[in-house]
Amino acid sequence: MNSLFGKIPTILMLVSPILITATGGMICEQSGVVNIALEGLMMFGAFATATAHYFLEANFGPASIWLSLLIGGLFGLTFSLIHAFASISLKADQTVSGTGINLLATGVTIFLAQVFFNQDRTKQFMLGMMPNKAGIYPTAFIALVILVLTWFLLYKLPFGLRLRACGENPHAAQSVGINVFRMRYIAVLASGFLAGLSGGCLVLTSNTQFSSTTVNGHGFIALAVVSFGRWKPLGIGGASLLFGTALAFSIIANDYTLLRKLPSEVFNIMPYAITLLALVLFSGKNYAPLSAGKPYEKGAS
Amino acid sequence: MDKTKKLKQRKSLGTFLQESDGAMSVLVVLIGFLFATLLILIIGRNPSGMYKAILQVLTGYNVDRNRFYVRYIGEWLAQSMPLILCGLSMGFAARVGLFNIGAEGQYIVGITVAQLIAIFFPQIPVAHWFFAILFAALAGAIWGGIVGWLKAKYEVSEVVATIMMNYIALYLSRIITLRIPGANTYRTPNFPQTALLTSSFLQKITNGSRLNLGIIFVVLSVLIYWFIIEKTRTGFELRATGFNKDAARASGIPVVKSIMLSMAIAGAFAGLAGGIVSLGAYKYGRVLAANDGYGFTGIAVALVGNNTAVGTALSGLLFGMLSTAQPLMESNRIPKEITFIIQGLVVIFIAIRVGFRMVVAYLAKKAPLKQEKTLNTKKTQEEMPTHE
Repeated sequence: MNSLFGKIPTILMLVSPILITATGGMICEQSGVVNIALEGLMMFGAFATATAHYFLEANFGPASIWLSLLIGGLFGLTFSLIHAFASISLKADQTVSGTGINLLATGVTIFLAQVFFNQDRTKQFMLGMMPNKAGIYPTAFIALVILVLTWFLLYKLPFGLRLRACGENPHAAQSVGINVFRMRYIAVLASGFLAGLSGGCLVLTSNTQFSSTTVNGHGFIALAVVSFGRWKPLGIGGASLLFGTALAFSIIANDYTLLRKLPSEVFNIMPYAITLLALVLFSGKNYAPLSAGKPYEKGAS
Repeated sequence: MDKTKKLKQRKSLGTFLQESDGAMSVLVVLIGFLFATLLILIIGRNPSGMYKAILQVLTGYNVDRNRFYVRYIGEWLAQSMPLILCGLSMGFAARVGLFNIGAEGQYIVGITVAQLIAIFFPQIPVAHWFFAILFAALAGAIWGGIVGWLKAKYEVSEVVATIMMNYIALYLSRIITLRIPGANTYRTPNFPQTALLTSSFLQKITNGSRLNLGIIFVVLSVLIYWFIIEKTRTGFELRATGFNKDAARASGIPVVKSIMLSMAIAGAFAGLAGGIVSLGAYKYGRVLAANDGYGFTGIAVALVGNNTAVGTALSGLLFGMLSTAQPLMESNRIPKEITFIIQGLVVIFIAIRVGFRMVVAYLAKKAPLKQEKTLNTKKTQEEMPTHE
């Protein structure tokens, strides 16, 4: 049991990026826009952070980490603008535009790596993020703060009520003077920033460079977290913890004689299998925001 | 005088783009290439390298060496086969109003089953590879059918469900393939000769390319797709379900069955792609470390092809050409990732083509009366699914 406590830092390291991305995904879906581009946006963020940190490290020292994370977030935000413009202003199919960004992410990030570094990945930075004395990375605290702030914003402030109204019934929201377009833009850009930031956290804690396999499905796990967590902050926190632990076990299962007999892939499958099962069990009761995925048209009813 | 002429021209181009999905696709692809060309110029390389590579794939002709390499044409066709099939997979589901991101997973299931049969089935000529391919398609059908069943019975979003099934397929495939006797962390022992799709004739006429018998199944699939969708009662019911589920149900069409069937057929196409790739392009079973990506590119293929049989075949050839040109681009100092950028841009442009049409419509008419008219047609167009 003691050794399991020793694994908590590893688990938290894996949970944090998932939680940050999922929080963004939740904000986005609560405003009525489905964002399956989370995976791609994480790639943009991870690439930008790794690149920025490589160049800034020498001059800025430890401050470079935070600066690079910010740059990663802004890079994600920039590309989420495409999704926002397509799906809100042009009323495009949200799944198609999200898929486009995911495809674009593989191309653009590695293309830029070729331009900057002449190889299909970024050059290694010297020093990633450092854990504290208990071995816990600051990303865990970042994730927690973001989740609590988001909860406060969405459920305790008028702004949050307005944002959620846009996802439930945009026409009603419009009728009481809420600018649905603006709210949805804010939500999509927020999810882009958070996905980018989380990509940065991922690359700074678990890697020393960015390559095409750095993000490796974390964005899709975050998407599963949003569904499994029933679009609520507490649910998302719990789901991230569960899925992150499953992922951690695919790495650490070898330390336990009992688990060593199982193929480690069993733990990789768990987040996805659990989500599918949960979607079936929750079916009938619709927890998803009512208008998520539907473009909003002014005046039409 | 000049101005009115110009306006007239714009209008005719406008209506053309409004009405023809094919013209829109061509426009979208051209804009994608334009962006790519500009991007290459920005990073200070010579875009002619990209076009030379493309020319060599299309015709086998190498401009710099003034020689023909017929092998590239064979490689191009071989590379297009799984893309066309995955495009058909995505397109078939789209005809019923479903978004099948799961072609990748169905493809992986197909690979896994084909590899198992290739290794364990008795070595009977022809029957060996035939059954491997057949069961690959069947496995894909089951994998897709599960999602259809969940969607029809429990209203689980097929987008989320297929993404989950993709990753389950990937890791399940690893678990199973690693259990095959003699397998190491990345490959199994060689397949017996009877399991391979290679054809000495096709290799001979294409100077040793990887073109194989799979091409027959691809041509058959395109024909079957066209036949089911356009000529059968089932196809009509499927399309009706795609246009309006409630109306279809009201007119006695079994909607639940339609959804399951469409996902199963979509899965069969992708599973077939997996079978063809594993027995045509490789001589041993692979322990997959990551997605091959054919399924995801298939989404772009179907979108550009407007979910029609012929359109999907053509756009599959387009994307197959891009990916075959990759190594040639590299040797011309063009980062090969430019092809992924073109893919992504094309999908995004397709997503915003309603927006394109709005701009075209806006430019086309200035008179308020005409504007009102097109506003109406625009609305009906948006409400209808985008395919014809």
